[in-house]
Amino acid sequence: MTLLAQNVSFAVQGRPLLRDVSVSIQPGEVLAVMGPNGAGKSTLLKVLAGELAPSRGCVMQNGRIIADMAAMDLAQERAVMPQAASMMFPFAVRDVVMLGRAPFRKISPHGLDLRLVDQAMEQADISHLADHPYPALSGGEKQRVHLARALVQLWAVPDNPGPEEPSRHSGIIYRYRNKWTKDREIPSIHGSQGRFLLLDEPTAGLDIAHQHALLQLARQEALQRHVGVLMILHDFNQVTGYADRVVLLRRGAVFASGPVADVMQPALLSELFESPIRAVPDPGGASPILVGDIAVQTQQAAEADGREGDAALSRKSFRAG
Amino acid sequence: MTGTVNRRGQGRRFGSFVLPGHHAGFSVLPVLILAGILAVVVLVSLGIGGASIDSVKIISHLAHKTGLVGTGTDDFTARILDSLRLPRIMRAVVIGGVLGVAGAVMQSLFRNPIADPGIIGVSASAACGAVAMIVFGPEIWGRFYPMVGPYGVPMAAFAGAVLATMMIRALSRQEGYTDAALMLLIGVAINAIAIAGVGIFTYLANDMQLRSLTFWQMGSVSGSGQADWPALLVMLAGAGYLLTLGTPLNLFLLGEAEARHLGVEVESLKQRATIITALVVGAAVAVSGIIAFVGLLAPHLVRLVCGPDNRTVLPASALCGAILLVLADAVARVIVLPAELPIGLVMGIFGGPFFLFLLLREKKRRRI
Repeated sequence: MTLLAQNVSFAVQGRPLLRDVSVSIQPGEVLAVMGPNGAGKSTLLKVLAGELAPSRGCVMQNGRIIADMAAMDLAQERAVMPQAASMMFPFAVRDVVMLGRAPFRKISPHGLDLRLVDQAMEQADISHLADHPYPALSGGEKQRVHLARALVQLWAVPDNPGPEEPSRHSGIIYRYRNKWTKDREIPSIHGSQGRFLLLDEPTAGLDIAHQHALLQLARQEALQRHVGVLMILHDFNQVTGYADRVVLLRRGAVFASGPVADVMQPALLSELFESPIRAVPDPGGASPILVGDIAVQTQQAAEADGREGDAALSRKSFRAG
Repeated sequence: MTGTVNRRGQGRRFGSFVLPGHHAGFSVLPVLILAGILAVVVLVSLGIGGASIDSVKIISHLAHKTGLVGTGTDDFTARILDSLRLPRIMRAVVIGGVLGVAGAVMQSLFRNPIADPGIIGVSASAACGAVAMIVFGPEIWGRFYPMVGPYGVPMAAFAGAVLATMMIRALSRQEGYTDAALMLLIGVAINAIAIAGVGIFTYLANDMQLRSLTFWQMGSVSGSGQADWPALLVMLAGAGYLLTLGTPLNLFLLGEAEARHLGVEVESLKQRATIITALVVGAAVAVSGIIAFVGLLAPHLVRLVCGPDNRTVLPASALCGAILLVLADAVARVIVLPAELPIGLVMGIFGGPFFLFLLLREKKRRRI
């Protein structure tokens, strides 16, 4: 019941992007992935999503090797929110969100789809945009549309159809009719299999209020619906505030991983990002805030400039000589 | 949730009309309306030409043929309808429908509204194959030529289309992944090469061959009788398959990675859709030569009215393409009586400006 990468390596044209990475996501937990640019975060997410096949190692989802799974089976157990998705055709926002129900189109009654889409749009705060053409939205609004699309996919064919009415339908077996079958039971995916949500820099392009709303939502999916969430984040305090565990990547390899409290230490992070980071006490909260130390940074930058200047000078004198 | 939100998800996008109370996705009404328009256009088109026939006679003839009534119309009218107009109009319906749906599929596949079998060189390559067979066929087949005869040219057209598609796919694949933008550009290059090929073969042709060559370059639905049957069957079967791809192609519009995340076997879909499209377009060119523009115009017209959902766009584009081609054929038959204009020319003369008008109207609307 986990999403598991076992000793995964991935290389493009001989250039290794992931080296021997092992990561596991348990249902009900939020795992953050951090690291400098080019550390392999997005590549790891793509490997976990089955989008890229690892050159060595394997990825297991709920005990099955994903390379052997049909795309449809994968899609019924995990949803992915991409960094940016472009679409030129003027679909209405509601219809884009509805695309998230596609993996369940044969087993989900249409009424349920409509209700889940409405709920997801409300949670992603895009209900007021439901009938707007998608290409006309701003970047942040588009992100929220894809969040809603990922949510309706994640909700599968639930025992409990939504956060507003968590227990109203539990225990009821949905039945539906179509031309060929009379009443037919709808298999409940929830409960039998672990489900996973993969978010690639989900807060990029969102304003601060929507960033926190999104992270809150991810947390809520993990806690209330037992979803395993993996998200790539860049903000230390969002990691400490919303994640249970964190994996730090450097140059394609795991640099450190473990519970947030253990890993998110200034010394470790300073080493990883090669930039001074320190913890300052938060007057209003329990845990300290992690900040990039601006004073030290400026000083270092000045020193670097100085060196650069010296180098330029010596080059000049060399040429003159 | 605001009060104005349409709960049915039949979103009111640009320039679409509201059709309340039906299932999200496949819209029945536009498809029914288009089918009705097609029926009227076919009826009118059957009536006009060298000898005009009024629609009462046509309907009674059709009713007689289908066994609904005992007596038909007079012999002369029946013969014009049966041997001249019905076959060519049915050809126009099938070819227009196939080109319309093939254009819609290609646009979704390339995630680009200007993709069209004509633009990426599939049609031109089919014509190139056909022209090569006309010019060199007698020499290649030698004394077997009369046996191959009427089937040789359509087969060559078909082979040209499949070859072009395979080349485009092979060249645009990189480490098992197809880049759609690159694929479009490679298609444009293939198109240029195929057109040059047609030019060279035309240069080598003798006078008699030249006559049949014009047909391939400008298009005609007058057909070649029974030899068209295999091609028409291929078209019907292929188009029927393409019509089932609505939902996966909708997901494709989000992006290939996203489509995969949502359960589409992306590479397999791309493979099936491009090959079937090449098949039907090759067959269409084999029967009618190059008829440009239907694949571009029909899906765009449909999207303006019913929005971009492929579950509606695919069948509606087929109907719209059929309407356009039947209309173009009617014009081609009557405009220079007693002669006949190539249908490809008519599509260009009327379709081009009409498409420009649509584009300019959209441009203005988006600016407001």
